[in-house]
Amino acid sequence: MAAPWSVLGMQRIFCGCVIEPHSTLTRPAGFVLMKIHEYQGKELFRAAGVPVLEGHMVTTPEEAAAAYEKLGGKIAVVKAQIHAGGRGKGNIIDNPDQKGVVLCKSADEAKAAAAGLLGNKLVTIQTGPEGQTVGKVFVEAGCDIARELYLGIVVDRVTCKPVLMVSTEGGVEIEKVAEETPELIHKEAFDPAIGLEAFQVRKLCKKLGIEGPAAKSAFKFMTAMCRFFIDYDCALAEVNPLVITGSGEMIALDAKITFDENAMFRHQDLESLRDLSEEEESEIRAGKAGLSYVKLDGNIACLVNGAGLAMSTMDIIKYHGGEPANFLDVGGGANAAQVTEAFRILLSDENCKGVLVNIFGGIARCTTIASALIEASKEVGFNVPLVVRLEGTEVEEGRKMLEDSDVDVITAVDLTDAAKKIVAATA
Amino acid sequence: MSILVDKNTKVICQGITGNAGKFHAMGCRDYGTQLVGGVTPGKGGQDVEGMPVFDTVEEAVEQTGADATMIFVPPPFTADAILEAVDAGIKIIAAITEGVPVIDMVRVYEKVKASNSILIGPNCPGLITPGECKIGIMPGYIHTPGKIGVMSRSGTLTYEAVWQTSNLKLGQSTCVGLGGDPIVGTNYIDLFKLYQEDDQTEAILMIGEIGGSAEEEAAAYVKEHVTKPVAAFIAGRTAPPGKRMGHAGAIISGGKGTAEEKVAALEDAGIVVAPSPAEMGEAVMKAIKQA
Repeated sequence: MAAPWSVLGMQRIFCGCVIEPHSTLTRPAGFVLMKIHEYQGKELFRAAGVPVLEGHMVTTPEEAAAAYEKLGGKIAVVKAQIHAGGRGKGNIIDNPDQKGVVLCKSADEAKAAAAGLLGNKLVTIQTGPEGQTVGKVFVEAGCDIARELYLGIVVDRVTCKPVLMVSTEGGVEIEKVAEETPELIHKEAFDPAIGLEAFQVRKLCKKLGIEGPAAKSAFKFMTAMCRFFIDYDCALAEVNPLVITGSGEMIALDAKITFDENAMFRHQDLESLRDLSEEEESEIRAGKAGLSYVKLDGNIACLVNGAGLAMSTMDIIKYHGGEPANFLDVGGGANAAQVTEAFRILLSDENCKGVLVNIFGGIARCTTIASALIEASKEVGFNVPLVVRLEGTEVEEGRKMLEDSDVDVITAVDLTDAAKKIVAATA
Repeated sequence: MSILVDKNTKVICQGITGNAGKFHAMGCRDYGTQLVGGVTPGKGGQDVEGMPVFDTVEEAVEQTGADATMIFVPPPFTADAILEAVDAGIKIIAAITEGVPVIDMVRVYEKVKASNSILIGPNCPGLITPGECKIGIMPGYIHTPGKIGVMSRSGTLTYEAVWQTSNLKLGQSTCVGLGGDPIVGTNYIDLFKLYQEDDQTEAILMIGEIGGSAEEEAAAYVKEHVTKPVAAFIAGRTAPPGKRMGHAGAIISGGKGTAEEKVAALEDAGIVVAPSPAEMGEAVMKAIKQA
């Protein structure tokens, strides 16, 4: 039952992941789960002994032309750098002819490609219809491609091991391959302390039909990739396409890397690779405050402690006919400052027509939430209906604090009551 | 009876000298848990509210006979703390800490599975046998001794479920927070086995969430092996695809890991699924009546 989906399910989870939990109990305020650009991934690859082509990141068309010349003046590829896949097939909004990846045969072509991309919004299957603004392009040397393959590494939730996946079906959507022809995806789990064993590479090469000098290159490539995945605490490391050149060399033509945010304490050097322009502003702000926040399209804002309860609160709002404006988990150890910031973020959403506070105090105390609520009310003011449901640690004291305050609160006795009241108040 | 822990369980706290460790260790002691000491490397010989502090888990086990531990050490040191507890022969290890790197857990998972220890968590509220032993951060007063086995990937949602079963006078045998991380020591199936064999547990409430495939695997197991009434709830029915909701695994992506799929698998296994989080207690009632 845990056939390719167990692994690929995880791969997709990481591929699609946008938001990372922000701890409050024992860890400093988090950020969003860290994705990096292709050009940054390739710099790390190079340092780790994973073969890549020469290339230069540039931010102006003139620099792109210069980079083309630097690469030897033959064939180069200009690639838009955004935190989303599908760039080759994606195009600039209002300019369907401008693709996200352009093959260039002259400095002028490189310049024109960069000019067409920089400052414009690129739409791919992963960006959504609004697209993402291209701020950087990567000008990379071309190469003689004999074969295109796929390679990805994830931690499989079912076997609880890192797994290397390869496939002959490179360059295409791997999710599609997994669904339609799972037998074309080959997997090897490996021990993080040891890395990939030589016989595992041989097995994979056999299945991929790789032999001769290419097999030697594959050994170097695959073992280096697995080591890289562990050394950098990756959540996902994906190379699609992975190519074999005419001379039998295995090279990473793409680099899609996501790091495990929880391990960043031992990778301080990676902090500089963050590109905040790729992330939602309110989500960055929430991340700084140690809150886990995801903006949604509805109009009922919610503030909840715990991820599961926060998701359930969204569910019950919808169950009673409302639309949640966000997911917000203030975490277990939320303090007054964090909760006040949470209210600021919620109320700054122009779609917000009402706020539902649902707290089941465990570590978080109802009194903390109540005092933060009163504080936030003084500071930012609630000009929308506010429904509060408190339960758990220090609940009586918390309820009394709210009653004695000037804050205009609609109190709810349980989840259903809370959901019905906020839906009615915002209807 | 109950599962995993009871009134005879002797508990230590790793990280007892930290704020969170101390606060919750005392909360457990106040609840009635046999707290016998704590461990903080380099602080052996100290005393925390009458509890002896040891430098190593081995020493703590020798001197107190502890067979359970709750871990509150910071994330960079959690894997090491778990391995130390395994090494000392601790039977029940509850890792409360949130934010442990996944690669650390890969290493730990193998070692735990090869040992006689049971790891709950990390990133979990802990476990409790009401009226007997509380190991973790859950508010004790919402629990009542009773007949429902409750297990969940989410902390506060477990409290919600527990509260509902308490209000319906069902009570709980043992409640276990499995943890919200991609790799946790104990999964639903491990606990289904224990609940199925436990005399006190008459029905089981399983709380899942979107993402991954643990709920589907559990459903398949229930279909084959569990004869007791089972109810479930899946959080995240309205979560949009591609957005991760707090827990490391809670994301719908590429149309996989959706609540619909999970609910269908659960219902196919004869499990009563609560349509809203406010109806988890009622779903258990229904499952019991149907049986």
